[in-house]
Amino acid sequence: MKVKKLVELAKTIRSKNAGPDKITFDIIFNDKTSYELVKHSQVITKQSIAKLYKIPQEKISDFVEFDPAFAIKFTIYRNFPSGSPGETDIFGCQQYPPLLDVEVPLK
Amino acid sequence: MVELNPLRIICPNGHLGFAPTKEESFWLGAETKPDYYCCDSGSNDIGPGPLGADTCASPYDWQKHDLELMLIASRKQGAPMIIGSAGDTGTRSRVDLYVKIISELARQHGLSKFKLAYFYSDVDKKYLRSKLKAGHVIEGLDGRSNLTEEEIEKTDRIVAMAGIHPYIKALDMAADVIIGGRSSDSVIFAAPAIRAGFPEALAYYLGKVLECASFCAEPYAAKESVIGTITDEDVKVTAIAPFQRCTVASVAGHAMYERADPFYEYVAGGMLDMTSCVYEQFDEKTTRITGPKFVPVSGKIKVKLEGAAKVGERFIGIAGVRDPYTIANIEKVIEWARAQVEERIGAKGYQLFYKVYGKNGVMGDLEPIREIRSHELCIIVEGIAPSKEMAEEVTMIGTRQIFYARLPEVKGTAGTAAFVVDEVLPASPAYKWSINHVVSVDDPMELFDLHLIEIG
Repeated sequence: MKVKKLVELAKTIRSKNAGPDKITFDIIFNDKTSYELVKHSQVITKQSIAKLYKIPQEKISDFVEFDPAFAIKFTIYRNFPSGSPGETDIFGCQQYPPLLDVEVPLK
Repeated sequence: MVELNPLRIICPNGHLGFAPTKEESFWLGAETKPDYYCCDSGSNDIGPGPLGADTCASPYDWQKHDLELMLIASRKQGAPMIIGSAGDTGTRSRVDLYVKIISELARQHGLSKFKLAYFYSDVDKKYLRSKLKAGHVIEGLDGRSNLTEEEIEKTDRIVAMAGIHPYIKALDMAADVIIGGRSSDSVIFAAPAIRAGFPEALAYYLGKVLECASFCAEPYAAKESVIGTITDEDVKVTAIAPFQRCTVASVAGHAMYERADPFYEYVAGGMLDMTSCVYEQFDEKTTRITGPKFVPVSGKIKVKLEGAAKVGERFIGIAGVRDPYTIANIEKVIEWARAQVEERIGAKGYQLFYKVYGKNGVMGDLEPIREIRSHELCIIVEGIAPSKEMAEEVTMIGTRQIFYARLPEVKGTAGTAAFVVDEVLPASPAYKWSINHVVSVDDPMELFDLHLIEIG
């Protein structure tokens, strides 16, 4: 089966703090076709995210397929609040790269 | 009450002063004579340090630059200007700083008399203690447990997130310029719209879409002005920069930005529900939004609190490693260095962190790649302790012992680390977000202390 990587299909893939205790991830597509393809492929789900980031599913606070923006969005709890001792990413903005290589089967 | 229909608000910057406002689009927007000039200056993205230490994250000159643009344009036109969460954190000292900047600018530019309202959002620990004593629950947000007396004690500084209330009151007092303490971003824009009689749902949506300025437009470019227009039926948002447009995708996409979900926004007084928002392209640069709902809080108004607690003094050490054998055994090297700190100082009373760039320095435990092929690593050592002297010593031993790591088969016996500087560097003290909670209030103004003065 032919596959494409998420980085080739999405317009935007980003992560960012959502308040001090969470990091939120947005995968935004240019058009309905790519969005629907990824949405229906079920490669981005609570289960797959938990597996990719090696976190229990309870750490995912929100998972939304947001049709008006052609976007898939999920949010995870941080291990500690942003900027705490030991912080490596105060803004939470470099936590998305593992998503870039997620493979999406083409129909 | 002034009936303006429609009402137009310009937002020049998503975080006033954090990076300077772009002037071209601001003046293009100002030429269209918006009814209000509104801008948010706060963020908790910057970490707990500025709130804890009571400092700004933004440089003084950039804040002054952005305030100057807005003040000159709004006074020239005679339109009100509203700033929320002054100086990044919205504490008393930051509000005072902005009031001083406005007064100085008014003098410099010879502006004629105007009324300046300002309010403080600082929360006294005594207030929270008495709430707890009276049996009130101060609820934790985002999975936190409820607030305890101990946590209040440890906290250095607390601010409350204002809703529309102090802004409406300031406008009722005929303020021409408002400098707000910590506030929800959206209320800075919603307040004048609600006061003018527009539906709450549309007014809060207007605030939600405008608060980050050009982040709701495309192509991606920050610090450009946008204008929001509210009527009884809809909100329209227009990009002002000649190269930007507000499209359905850019506006809907912005609803997701920096928030756990794209549908709900909580403010003191209720919740904005964006589930049934409909987005349409209105003209080339404008998107029209209809359908947001506002659900007023049932029972008492809940006000969000932010608090930062000092953890300790902090130093940073930097070490580079190039030897492949050392790289392969980097965990053992770190273990060794930690053990040396422990041998000299003990195991408790300090914190020591190693961030290994080239391995998982950015993502830590979230990093899916476990097998690395880096030919060099950079190790950042972060040492935190009650005193500067101790933090320096912890960090110094923890860094220098990377150089002395005892690995059985290492070839380089003259030092196992490369140093940029043979010292550790003082960093800002370490803080943590100790409070992310909500408190119920009898009066929405009880946490906000509003003042009015005349300038000029």
